[in-house]
Amino acid sequence: MSGKPLAYLDSANSSQKPRRVLDGMRAFYETSYANVHRAVYELGERATAEYEGARDKVQAFVNAPSRREVVFTRSATNALNLVAYAWGFDNLGPGDVVLVTELEHHSNFVPWQYVAGRTGAEFRALGIDESGELDLESLDALENVKVVAAAYVNNSLGTVNPVEQLAGWAHERGAVLVVDACQAAPHRPLDVQALGCDFLAFTGHKMCGPTGIGVLWGRQELLQEMAPFELGGEMIRSVSVERTTWNELPQKFEAGTPPIAQAVGLGHAIDYLNEIGLESIERHEHELTEYALARLTEADGVTVYGPPADRRGGIVSFQVEGVHPHDVAQVLGFEGVAIRAGHHCTQPLMTRLGVPATNRASFYLYSLPEEVDQLVSGLRRVKELLG
Amino acid sequence: MSDGFENLYREIILDHYKNPRGHGVIEDADAEAEGQNPLCGDEVSIFVTFDPDGDTIDDVKFSGRGCAISQAATSMLMEMVKGRSAEEVSAMSKDELLDEVGIPLTPIRLKCALLGLGVLKVALHRGKGTPLPDEWAGLDELELR
Repeated sequence: MSGKPLAYLDSANSSQKPRRVLDGMRAFYETSYANVHRAVYELGERATAEYEGARDKVQAFVNAPSRREVVFTRSATNALNLVAYAWGFDNLGPGDVVLVTELEHHSNFVPWQYVAGRTGAEFRALGIDESGELDLESLDALENVKVVAAAYVNNSLGTVNPVEQLAGWAHERGAVLVVDACQAAPHRPLDVQALGCDFLAFTGHKMCGPTGIGVLWGRQELLQEMAPFELGGEMIRSVSVERTTWNELPQKFEAGTPPIAQAVGLGHAIDYLNEIGLESIERHEHELTEYALARLTEADGVTVYGPPADRRGGIVSFQVEGVHPHDVAQVLGFEGVAIRAGHHCTQPLMTRLGVPATNRASFYLYSLPEEVDQLVSGLRRVKELLG
Repeated sequence: MSDGFENLYREIILDHYKNPRGHGVIEDADAEAEGQNPLCGDEVSIFVTFDPDGDTIDDVKFSGRGCAISQAATSMLMEMVKGRSAEEVSAMSKDELLDEVGIPLTPIRLKCALLGLGVLKVALHRGKGTPLPDEWAGLDELELR
């Protein structure tokens, strides 16, 4: 890029795709593509088998008790809106408290703020301490919490939240826990039963899969009680002028033709990640994060945000003294280094940190220490030119 | 790299960025507005006072925070509009400012460069009732409902 080797340090934004996923999707389109769940001819059967096979892979990937609990969506945002609307509108009302955290991506913040406003529930945000970790002590003062919405791994600072602890706290009070796992699913083993959450959402495009596919996992008893979110084809059992009945899980929540090839692509991505091993990926990123934190902390005029490496994912947010994050990212771009600049869809967190925006470098299984070096020398160039 | 940098961060841009013209706040301004670039959280406020004729821009200042491109473009804008009529400035085209800025801008950086102009148009719209072109209309109605 710009005549320099590319250092792609923006995988928390979206990941690059392995050939395996691209080839898998191409082969699917070329040999097995038709609409799912309707065709009686062989091509349709193949397509359905691949689509449903991808669901089995997701079920195993998150250790869900049942494949009926795995709902394919268009994105994680779509999945979180599904819960906020389909669960929220029927379970929230005046006197209830909806609790999010200051570490939420807007996609697990704004839907809850909106649904709380529409149902008359109170909307609260759990605060953070100086290192960007949840202030769990202030939980004790909260009453009437009906739902807790929390990220597993925060997307701006990389903070890893104690999901098991939040689940225990929520369940003691009869509340449900909705987990945004977008920054966890690509990078560490996921086990919804061990986490103890009630809903969990993630997206395909950050974990080597294509865009246009997301996953919602939810406890079967909750999904069964919920009204549908979108209405139309596929999600019905029978339709008449007098009365329409809903399809069984998970089809009840998959109205319309789903993102078929995208689900198949996600399945290939899961195979790819499993073969490398999520533990290995986590270890690799942890080493890189430790290295990046050390290099950036010692760099002149650079402020690093967030917790220590052992309590964060492969994400490092920082600021260069006196230089706006956009300009930092722009100059780094000329140096071949791709990082994100902005509020990362976490404006409440930026407000809490007292900054309009930060720069964010994020790592994945293909990231290298040399790319961190390229970032650090790029930052020297930034200081030279704009500092 | 040096080509890319020098094209974008031309000397005149860096000069306006480091020594912004018309930077500050006017207490009791005749017209003012504030705007954000939702992409990056940047904020610009613009304050205007008019001559006794009620139309000529007597003074104009801006405050806020942003990248070099947004700060420099807004600084240049302050110099361009001082002494002109509100009517005329409300009809000023994007290109007039972009020609002055004179650097190649990607769509994302274009939003940075045009933030100040949009906010100024909203200020004049509020203070003088000048028309607000459709392309800026959104700046006047951003809120969560």
